[in-house]
Amino acid sequence: MPVQYYIFLSIALFCIGVMGVLMRRNAIIIFMCIELMLNAVNLLLVAFSKMWADAGRVDAGSAQLFVFFIMVVAAAEVAVGLAVITMVYRNTHSVDINILNRLKN
Amino acid sequence: MGMSIQQIIFMVLSFVALVSALGVVLSKNPVSSVLCLIITFFAIAGHYILLNAQFLAVVHIIVYAGAIMVLFLYVMMLMNLNAEVEPQKRNWLKYAGAISGGALLVVLVAALRDASMPALTDNASEVGLIHNLGKLLFTQYVIPFEVSSILFLSAMVGAVVIGKKD
Repeated sequence: MPVQYYIFLSIALFCIGVMGVLMRRNAIIIFMCIELMLNAVNLLLVAFSKMWADAGRVDAGSAQLFVFFIMVVAAAEVAVGLAVITMVYRNTHSVDINILNRLKN
Repeated sequence: MGMSIQQIIFMVLSFVALVSALGVVLSKNPVSSVLCLIITFFAIAGHYILLNAQFLAVVHIIVYAGAIMVLFLYVMMLMNLNAEVEPQKRNWLKYAGAISGGALLVVLVAALRDASMPALTDNASEVGLIHNLGKLLFTQYVIPFEVSSILFLSAMVGAVVIGKKD
């Protein structure tokens, strides 16, 4: 099983996340696509951790701990982000991101 | 062409992950988007187990598929979102987004196609077990660990402050 397979899978997931951010107008879906991109990167880090473990490196666990920290930051980000989206919804009764255009004035 | 059991599992999990990720992006109903993303996360957890990251697989299911997606689902239900009120972009903007994402995919794959990488072996490594990761976390990474606890506290306080009715 070459590492390339995992790299290509990760690239594909990341690009699907990018497409979602560009194609949708619902703020929550865009937020979910950002989570998808984070997970693509996590998968890549775990694959590289396995690659280093196969090479006999002692610090192969560092990559997995980085994934752990990314999960921690993502959880905090989701809590704050959903709070912000909920507040925008409370004021505008919509999760459409085009509503945010009115911030210009 | 003989395929090992690991390759077959890899193919199945990748297929499930990619199809359900496309389902997140393409489904009209936001609630089914959330459910598709949960399926994607389970497939990614399977990949973690395949890569000997057992602890991460468990944490991923608990934190992502459990806590975070329940939060998303809760917010969706709170706002009573469904396919009727889902805002839709204009068609040419959707095509532009799809083409941009596809172009990014093509460029990244073309850039990494000829990279020479070692093949992953099938032997199980001890790296992903909680015993090793815990030792590493509380020796080499103890400062980031403590800082992340402060981050969590500030995120909780921030969420409460933002969500407070004035």
